[in-house]
Amino acid sequence: MSESVESMPKPRSAVSDGVRFYGMWLAAAVALLVLPRIFPSGGALTTLSLIGIAIIFALSYNILLGQTGMLSFGHAVYYGFGGFLAVHGMNLIAASRWPIPLPLVPLIGGVAGLAFALALGWVSTKRSGTAFAMISLGVAELVGASVLILRSFFGGEAGITANRTRLFRLFDWSFGPQIQIYYLIAAWTLIATIAMYALTRTPWGRMCNAVRDNPERVQFVGYDPHVIRYIAFCFAGFFGGIAGALTAINFEIANSAYLGAVQSGTVLFAAYIGGIGYFIGPILGAIFVTYLSLTLSDLTSVWQLYFGLIFIAVVVFAPGGLAGLLMKHRPVMRAGALVPVLRSYLVALPPTVAMLAGLVLAIEITVHYTVNAADDPHIRAFGMSFDASSPIIWALAAALIVLGYLVARRTWAHVANVWDKATTAAREQGFLA
Amino acid sequence: MLELVIISTLNGILFGMLLFLMSSGLTVIFSMLGVLNFAHASFYMLGAFFGYQLTRWIGFWPALLIAPVLAGVIGAAVERYGLRNVHKNGHVAELLFTFGLAFAIEEVVQMIWGKSPVDYRVPALLDFPAFTIFSTNYPAYKIFMLLVAVAIFAALLIGIKKTRVGMIVQAALTHPQMVGHLGHNVGRIFMLVFGFGTALAAVAGVIAGPALVTQSNMAGLLGPILFVVVVVGGLGSLPGAFIASLLIGLLQTFAVSINGSLASLFGPLGAGYPLLSDIWNVTIAQIAPILPYVLLVLILIFRPMGLLGTRET
Repeated sequence: MSESVESMPKPRSAVSDGVRFYGMWLAAAVALLVLPRIFPSGGALTTLSLIGIAIIFALSYNILLGQTGMLSFGHAVYYGFGGFLAVHGMNLIAASRWPIPLPLVPLIGGVAGLAFALALGWVSTKRSGTAFAMISLGVAELVGASVLILRSFFGGEAGITANRTRLFRLFDWSFGPQIQIYYLIAAWTLIATIAMYALTRTPWGRMCNAVRDNPERVQFVGYDPHVIRYIAFCFAGFFGGIAGALTAINFEIANSAYLGAVQSGTVLFAAYIGGIGYFIGPILGAIFVTYLSLTLSDLTSVWQLYFGLIFIAVVVFAPGGLAGLLMKHRPVMRAGALVPVLRSYLVALPPTVAMLAGLVLAIEITVHYTVNAADDPHIRAFGMSFDASSPIIWALAAALIVLGYLVARRTWAHVANVWDKATTAAREQGFLA
Repeated sequence: MLELVIISTLNGILFGMLLFLMSSGLTVIFSMLGVLNFAHASFYMLGAFFGYQLTRWIGFWPALLIAPVLAGVIGAAVERYGLRNVHKNGHVAELLFTFGLAFAIEEVVQMIWGKSPVDYRVPALLDFPAFTIFSTNYPAYKIFMLLVAVAIFAALLIGIKKTRVGMIVQAALTHPQMVGHLGHNVGRIFMLVFGFGTALAAVAGVIAGPALVTQSNMAGLLGPILFVVVVVGGLGSLPGAFIASLLIGLLQTFAVSINGSLASLFGPLGAGYPLLSDIWNVTIAQIAPILPYVLLVLILIFRPMGLLGTRET
């Protein structure tokens, strides 16, 4: 995780730094404005809205895990409270005819998340590491189980609903059509992202990293790691609440799934797969995971299994996540040694893909025989049709796995070799510490 | 009333011993490798499903022996080919690895055995009421579960305190380098202990499967309670895990059998305010599932190292 320090922009003139900084956000804003013109379909708008929410949620989670080193299994609690209070807030505003427009409702969610983080955080953040992980899990289970007890507030199994178009209208925006909701979510995504990025650059943000890396030393310098963790926890709760409120606005409902373990797991997956060491990581992860969960579920019935396997693969092979993988190539690229590395990737790609295809095939055949064996053996997965009962397919799957692995192993060794040479070159030219 | 107390105590001890079978493996693994195995309850589930499948093929008794061995081998392989590679990235990475593993195991189990409960029955040999208390028949299978749990508990205590293997394992907990210098293969000890711990969880799965429900979400239901046991007992303390297991077992079974609510104690005071009336009318049986977590939070506030724990992690 120390890479995040390296990835900091090197000190340069204030003007060019400022241009870079504001240019980046301006580009992001333009991209958010233009995206619905490029993908105008309803499905694309829904996907983009969900991705925007996932980005806020994953970034808020990364305040805990990436910046302060607290592995939380219960971040959905704050997301869920944000969602529920936003729905209650919308109903209350509509019923009392208060002049509060919909774009301000996410703030209700944020304040709700913050309030619960303030209440639950002090005990939770007393310790970090494994103990914190378990406390967060316990609190999440406690809250998750209470949903079915406090029925009038949480609405039991069915949840509670609201009508977002009933609120006070500004500039004649009804917020009925998805495109208006998209712009609302896009604006909040941009605001929240800028705010969270700004937080990383404050002295407190730096202290968070110090608490993550060496809490004892932080204590010696005269800060209380507990307080710093607590503040981080509260910020994470605030932005998590905003994400939850946006989800509630998007779907016009809040139910027990918002607070559940699945939601907490998904945000963990998103942040980690994207890469927790970099600010851009959770954003990449949120895009990747949301897109994957929406498309994979159309392609195969066991998409969650692939999801879990991808997560395990990232933990084992790429602990820096997607962002970490990309950033590793920067010094190599600067040293001009990228071409042989990419060439070795191209060589390794076919056998690796063959092996993975064999694995997928084996999984799909097994699924057919265990889950719906009575159905027609001609199954479709990932757009391919094949006959699960034919022995040729079984042999093909086995051959792809075994042969693919044997060949791929050699190409991986080659990749490692080329990579070593490239990093040595980068190190000699001073691009790599 | 007496009937309720006796039955609940018996059931509570039974559930507590099952919890202990699992948390003992978890505790040993935690103290040795420093990693909380998030997938521990998944191995319990694997044990139950292996037990079910083997029972259908070769009968219950061979299954009771073979299923834990299978799960243990899988556990050892997970340590050798998975956890050990992740170890260099720190404890958080290890915890995440087991988290992903728990997720994947649940999906695989769902893929093979489906989402609905499987028909895992009590073996015919033990399918009779052992004795009758106050007109309630107490099944022989529950007595059998209790005996197995007690036997394993005793064997575990003796094994760790008295035998040479136990000594080496205990030494490897605290002084891995020293044990390594003495010529023991610490890596292999870790692998075997991990396999043994998962096998213990699987034993619990095989014997609990017929009594509780064997389905693909049983790991998710029990997993968090296991962590409560380990934290309440004190991280890395076997006797602590034992006490906490019994405590939580008794707490839950007693709570389930009490049908009172605040309203039945104080009358319908909260009527009129919906949220208040929710709290007022909820019965203790209904809040039984959240009691372990309430206990967890209380322990963390008043005694963060757990009941018998010595270190703060």
